[in-house]
Amino acid sequence: MSRLILELLLQATGQTLEMVLASGLIAVAGGLPLAVLMVLTGPSGLCRMPLLARILGLMIDAVRAVPFIILLVLLIPVTRLIAGTALGTTAAIVPLSIAAIPYFARIAEVSLREVDPGLIDAVRAMGGTRWMVVRYVLLPESLPSLISGFTVTLVTLVGASAMAGVIGAGGLGDLAIRYGYQRFNTPVMLGVVAVLIVLVTGLQGVGNLLSRRLRHGAATHAA
Amino acid sequence: MTLLQVEHVSRAFGAQTALQDISFSVSKGDSVGIIGRSGAGKSTLLRCLNGLERPQSGRILLEGEDLATLPEDRLVTLRRRIGVVFQHFNLLNARTVAANVALPLEIAGVAKEQRTRRVAELLELVGLADHARKYPALLSGGQKQRVGIARALAANPSLLLCDEATSALDPETTASILALLADINRTLGLTIVFITHEMDVVRQLAHHVLVLDKGRIVARGTPADILDASEQTSEPALPAGFSTIHTPNAQTVLRLGLSTQDLVSQLLAQLAHQHQTNATVLATQIRAHQSVPELDVLVQIANPSEESLTFLKNASQSVEVVGYVPADS
Repeated sequence: MSRLILELLLQATGQTLEMVLASGLIAVAGGLPLAVLMVLTGPSGLCRMPLLARILGLMIDAVRAVPFIILLVLLIPVTRLIAGTALGTTAAIVPLSIAAIPYFARIAEVSLREVDPGLIDAVRAMGGTRWMVVRYVLLPESLPSLISGFTVTLVTLVGASAMAGVIGAGGLGDLAIRYGYQRFNTPVMLGVVAVLIVLVTGLQGVGNLLSRRLRHGAATHAA
Repeated sequence: MTLLQVEHVSRAFGAQTALQDISFSVSKGDSVGIIGRSGAGKSTLLRCLNGLERPQSGRILLEGEDLATLPEDRLVTLRRRIGVVFQHFNLLNARTVAANVALPLEIAGVAKEQRTRRVAELLELVGLADHARKYPALLSGGQKQRVGIARALAANPSLLLCDEATSALDPETTASILALLADINRTLGLTIVFITHEMDVVRQLAHHVLVLDKGRIVARGTPADILDASEQTSEPALPAGFSTIHTPNAQTVLRLGLSTQDLVSQLLAQLAHQHQTNATVLATQIRAHQSVPELDVLVQIANPSEESLTFLKNASQSVEVVGYVPADS
């Protein structure tokens, strides 16, 4: 492999990491509050508001229904509004985040619903407010499961970021398509695949380790 | 002095009646057991007592404040005066033992320094001082329940509610947890209201008992009243030919309440020696009443004389003529 290709590979990895990590963090910042809101307003929640819960659910599923490649193009005006440009790595963070927020929201919702209702009762019985239930029970108790869900989200984002080449975002997927596929450069293709495998297994490994550590010996849920 | 006053409380879920016209009062320092089968309404009653559930009618007065009508924000602060011990412990897995016990104090806004002191004191009380930094998943059931009790006591509640606190534990652990609760009731003077489906728990812990069936209180009294009434039908090992009618030549069956086991043979030997009266032991049963072990002994005696009966009355805690059996049995 030539020095040039190595440099390209390095640059593409950096771009992928930038897109995945930035949109992953935004997904947590946006998705987690949505998940908490859905659980609280849901049928057995602490502040039942069936209408709000339904509207939230519908909005989330509407975004999730659109294939990412279409979302990417569809959101170009929005991207331009937020990022100032519709092209490039930074610009791609906008559609990636908008896709990842509802994705992580649904995953986090499942984690939060798995929290033993007895623990919520216990904190309410101690005279805890709803906010204290969220702070002392829902979030800390579901943290190991939330981290597993976050890992899944990041891995999905690695996949989705491959499509961001469409708006000139670069990244590993784009490199594989342009050099590996269109120019029949098999070493580049294989190099990209190798980097992707290392990246994904690395993310998953760190996620699993953290999640297990934080369980403090409590029974592992299927997650 | 009355701490808790429940007046005509009713609660239904749809067409299903869970509680119907429940009234009782609990005085300070009392230990009240609510016993009933599953589905009798015990859990609903307990949830009403700490305001997690509101009754549809009636009043629940805790130190004069009505939990049934209090607005939610005032109810939240009032709950801090009620400690709850749960059947499945309900400890937070993400917190250490010490942090679990500290939680009610954090919620009540107690300063960190004071929290640490109180937590150490409580873990000492429940015998878990060495386990402060462990996570709940590493503890046994009995240890978890001790943490649960320490946590329930943390904010110095005026009332302790126990929801089937020993139902998930083995008999030996149950005994130690009940002893701890009885000790807390006695030494701290803390009022306890507990629900259970086990007679033994009532026997060991309760000063007063309410029997709940299909959402109604069907009996109330001291454990002795309730247990005597309920055990009459299930008394084991009555001899064949047993009758409550005295017939000529019949032998008398007596129930003796004794304090320790080795008394029985000694007592019967004395009876034979001093009163020339031979007695046969038919059945014995050990029971604990408020953590004091008692022995129930059924004996059969041929024509007990006045003197021998007086002797038995003096030697044992209670003597009761249960009935008669034919002489040859």
